[in-house]
Amino acid sequence: MSRAHTSGQKVAFLGATRGMGRALARQMAERGDALFLLGRDDEELARSASDLEARGAESVEHAHCDLEDPTSFGPALDAATEALGGLDTVVVTAGIFATQQALEEDSELLARLLRVDFTHSVLFCEQARRRLLAQGGGNLCVFSSVAGDRGRKPIVLYGASKAGLSRYLEGLDHRYRAEGLRVLTVKPGFVRTGMTAGLPEPPFAGDPEDVARSVLKAMDRGDAVVYAPAPWRAVMAVIRHLPRAVMRRVEF
Amino acid sequence: MTKRSKRGANGSRLSGWGRHSAPGSELKTENLERGSMDVPLSRGLGRSYGDSSLPPADKPVALNTTLADRILSFDTESGLLRAEAGLALAELNRLFLPRGWFTPVSPGTQYVTLGGMVAADVHGKNQHVDGDFGDHVTRLKMRVADGRVLWCGPEEHADLFFGSIGGMGLLGHILEVEFTMRRVPSQWIWQETERVPNIDAFEQALSAAAKDWPMTVGWIDCVAGGTSLGRGILMKGRWATASEAPKHAPRPKPRPRLPFDLPEWALGRLSVRAFNELYYRKHFRKETRGLVDPQSFFYPLDILRDWNRMYGRRGFTQWQGLLPRSAKSGAARRMLEILSARGGASFLAVIKDCDKAGVGTLSFPAPGITLALDIPMRDDTQALIDALNQQLLVEGGRIYLAKDSLTREEDFRAMEPRLEEFGRLREAWDPEHKLKSAQSIRLLGDSA
Repeated sequence: MSRAHTSGQKVAFLGATRGMGRALARQMAERGDALFLLGRDDEELARSASDLEARGAESVEHAHCDLEDPTSFGPALDAATEALGGLDTVVVTAGIFATQQALEEDSELLARLLRVDFTHSVLFCEQARRRLLAQGGGNLCVFSSVAGDRGRKPIVLYGASKAGLSRYLEGLDHRYRAEGLRVLTVKPGFVRTGMTAGLPEPPFAGDPEDVARSVLKAMDRGDAVVYAPAPWRAVMAVIRHLPRAVMRRVEF
Repeated sequence: MTKRSKRGANGSRLSGWGRHSAPGSELKTENLERGSMDVPLSRGLGRSYGDSSLPPADKPVALNTTLADRILSFDTESGLLRAEAGLALAELNRLFLPRGWFTPVSPGTQYVTLGGMVAADVHGKNQHVDGDFGDHVTRLKMRVADGRVLWCGPEEHADLFFGSIGGMGLLGHILEVEFTMRRVPSQWIWQETERVPNIDAFEQALSAAAKDWPMTVGWIDCVAGGTSLGRGILMKGRWATASEAPKHAPRPKPRPRLPFDLPEWALGRLSVRAFNELYYRKHFRKETRGLVDPQSFFYPLDILRDWNRMYGRRGFTQWQGLLPRSAKSGAARRMLEILSARGGASFLAVIKDCDKAGVGTLSFPAPGITLALDIPMRDDTQALIDALNQQLLVEGGRIYLAKDSLTREEDFRAMEPRLEEFGRLREAWDPEHKLKSAQSIRLLGDSA
């Protein structure tokens, strides 16, 4: 069997209400997973829970969890573990995005973005990692970004937070894979979501559904890293190898 | 996340399915309640042909609803479904047909949103039995012009409810739609088709078929002239019973894109003539019957994504008119004669009988015959539309707003005695006319 049997998974999901998280949660629902949604807006969680139930999820419950507030992480994951009767997979798609210009102009926004996208994301993953390992392993699937692969002019600050996050996830994979923790770092390129609406669209832009498909496939295969949509793997391979002298000149 | 398209500021344009554009940009957000606070119009997948979904020139931003697409409740007993207005019919079909449920009314494309289906009060092949989509809507959640968000239905704010069905988004932003899905016995359609020799025979064949078939529609070859004027193929269908249908679901079809605009001559008069001749001849037997995939039965044109690019850069329009029962016999023939006298080559013409008046204040369907003609945009297209409209006025008919791009305000007013009532609703719910569209400026006299 080239494909692990993964239907009927018990999934705790931070960020399922919008964008790529919504698309991924839907595909998990359609294959019959049991989902526990974490997020900060109860009404939004309830609406997404209804949607996922209507799409075939085995069960969908939700609890409050706010990436801005690390004290919410432990209780939220405990609630998920208890409601699901265990935990096979933890997914994190939540995070903040802001343009380079906005972040350069507003240091408060910058501090918040670095805190949420790096520090608190790591703190959340640590809580998830402990719980998964305590049960003998499982999947930890976290959305980082291609922005973390290289220092690039239009995304220096956002990219830095994602670079830190990607490196942390890489380390987790090296340290704990033998104990059964399968860490999947997702690196989306430009994806058409509410978050990117209105931004100029580069080539190889993709839709959240394409990303979700790639992520599920990668998770089933036990991959450590997945670029999505697929062409971004090649694009980033080139960009990672460009000399600094070139990176200083180009605008991407 | 709520972000405004930057392209709007520097000369971006929006267009309907017919591809003639107007300046404008979209506000795209998952949260319609937030997004609808300060925009003049909502739009879904932009499948109305003309300017119905285009924002007004003085405030050129439309709320794009397509990210708001969650199903909020579904009752497996009654079929009652509530969802956010941006949910696409294609997604609804994908999810529910395998479970034995289908939309009560489907238009000829599944790339429409629930909000758009309500706003245009769409109809389909079962109009003569089941009426329009609005007949099956039980409640709407709306953002109205004074800022309130409220529910309306036949019992609460009934005027807003019926005004919004077929109201082209001009009474308020539709945020959520509740309607009743229909149980179907299988995932297949039993279809029978027959050749019809001319337009008069067509009217008779449609009304004869209406007695036995829940779904009917006719494709017309509007190039053939003389005694063959309006010949075509009548399609009749019903859901296959569980015992007739194969056990397996129909296989999903690939949907190739048309990657570029065809040159204008590609759909010129000669090629359209050839296509129509071939299509008619291809149907070489007088009749066919058998099981077909609902996709090809309901949505034959969806097979080719972006098929509107066939019409080249200038795009096309559709003229769809209702010829009421009160019209003198031969009304459909008279319309086709105008088309053919002016050399208007319609690539695609569709005829359908209606038996139910829509519940909406401005619903298009009513007992009679509707005729839909795809017409490429050329220098003489305006004159052709004017001529068709003049005849339509004589017949006592009206046009379908969701298709229209070129009707003149004075003609529209003459066709629509119901505008007075609709105007009163707008005075009640939006006295300042904060909600408007490029189309309402063109046809309802809204200020630009």
